[in-house]
Amino acid sequence: MRVLIPNPLRSYTGEAAAVSASGATLGELTLDLDRRFPGMRFRVVDEQGQVRPHIKFFVNGLQRRDLDAALQEADEVMIVCALSGG
Amino acid sequence: MVKAASSRSGGATLLVATRKGLWQVKSDATRRNWRLAGPQFLGHVVHHCVADPRDAKTMLAAARTGHLGPTIFRSADRGRSWHEAKQPPAFREGGGRVVDHTFWLTPGHASEPGVWYAGTSPQGLFRSEDAGATWRGVAGFNEHASRKTWCGGDQDGTPDGAKMHSVLIDPRDARHMYIGMSSGGVFESTDGGADWRPLNRGVRADFLPDPDPEYGHDPHCVRLHPVLPDRLYQQNHCGIYRLDRPAERWQDIGATMPKSVGSIGFPMVLHARDPDTLWVFPMDGSKVWPRVSPGGKAAVYRSVNGGKSWQRQARGLPASQAWLTVKRQAMTADAGDPVGVYFGTTSGEIWGSRDEGRTWKCLAAHLPEIYAVEVA
Repeated sequence: MRVLIPNPLRSYTGEAAAVSASGATLGELTLDLDRRFPGMRFRVVDEQGQVRPHIKFFVNGLQRRDLDAALQEADEVMIVCALSGG
Repeated sequence: MVKAASSRSGGATLLVATRKGLWQVKSDATRRNWRLAGPQFLGHVVHHCVADPRDAKTMLAAARTGHLGPTIFRSADRGRSWHEAKQPPAFREGGGRVVDHTFWLTPGHASEPGVWYAGTSPQGLFRSEDAGATWRGVAGFNEHASRKTWCGGDQDGTPDGAKMHSVLIDPRDARHMYIGMSSGGVFESTDGGADWRPLNRGVRADFLPDPDPEYGHDPHCVRLHPVLPDRLYQQNHCGIYRLDRPAERWQDIGATMPKSVGSIGFPMVLHARDPDTLWVFPMDGSKVWPRVSPGGKAAVYRSVNGGKSWQRQARGLPASQAWLTVKRQAMTADAGDPVGVYFGTTSGEIWGSRDEGRTWKCLAAHLPEIYAVEVA
């Protein structure tokens, strides 16, 4: 499926803004992203399997907080880094 | 007695870790003229950057961003190029704890090339045996049955997060280590980190119900002298202390500071060759802890007799309205003769002295909030 990569993570994707990856759930998708782009997953998911506080996942435009959320091959996943303040 | 690294008469390079990236400040051979290089990792929170004295080419930088999780960057060419660690410090899966950031980096013993230690926030100890590429938790501390009793919960720490710092390796014995924790206190291991015991007797903890507890203290910075490894110093939340092993009780050496200045601060720096010479940067620890130069009069204080007495060293520093804050990793010294002493402020200035603190000069300004300054 198509995964939209935010600027802060593009050092892992060779600056690609969109990549292809697969997985039956969001969690599996992050594991596949890490296989393709080593190191990426730990920047967005902590060692206890929780999405980091200022990272959001959107599936077809809807925010999903649960890494067990099911995915379809035709879905589009967008990763968002939420940062504000100085 | 262990020989110190040979003194260098050439220039110095400072690794300046900031809240917004990493810079280097490099001098000519006289250490009179300095130039700023960087930034690298612009926008990353760089808590510490340390060069490996064992190979003179490896550097590690502990970094994260506001949203991305913590990682370690490695350089094998003195900071020209960097690569991310394959496996950064992380607590055991299923254990419930999460590394917020790596706070402290320490190269391992000279007999163990490639070994590094990292201290994290919240308090955790990690070890790498491949020059920072992969890290594993030191189970003897992270899984110790008393760890939570010593440190409290992960949310119980200081406002910027509970921290493990001051990971010290005895140059005579790779298995003899000390750590400092805010909060928790100073702990010692004689078996390479397999077990630990508190080493805080004599240190006040006047913020606790029992002001003389076994643990729970707040050491801000602990140093071990490389030439006389039985000599430890610490700048603590509650004063300045010295310990000469095998003694177990720290001696208060902050009581001789001027009352108007006090003995509160964060960093502490030792002379590379003289175990009796050290520097501190006092800050206001009154009432709500402003943590700035007392009275706005910036000054370093030096002792040349192991803390029996102190001299104010302020020539060249602003005499008034200078409300400087220097974090615990943001003050260091080189091994030149005379020793060069350096500190970085949260207001983004680097100050240096090429004459052991007698005179000071601003080496760089307008940087982001400075977290750490180390000599490369």
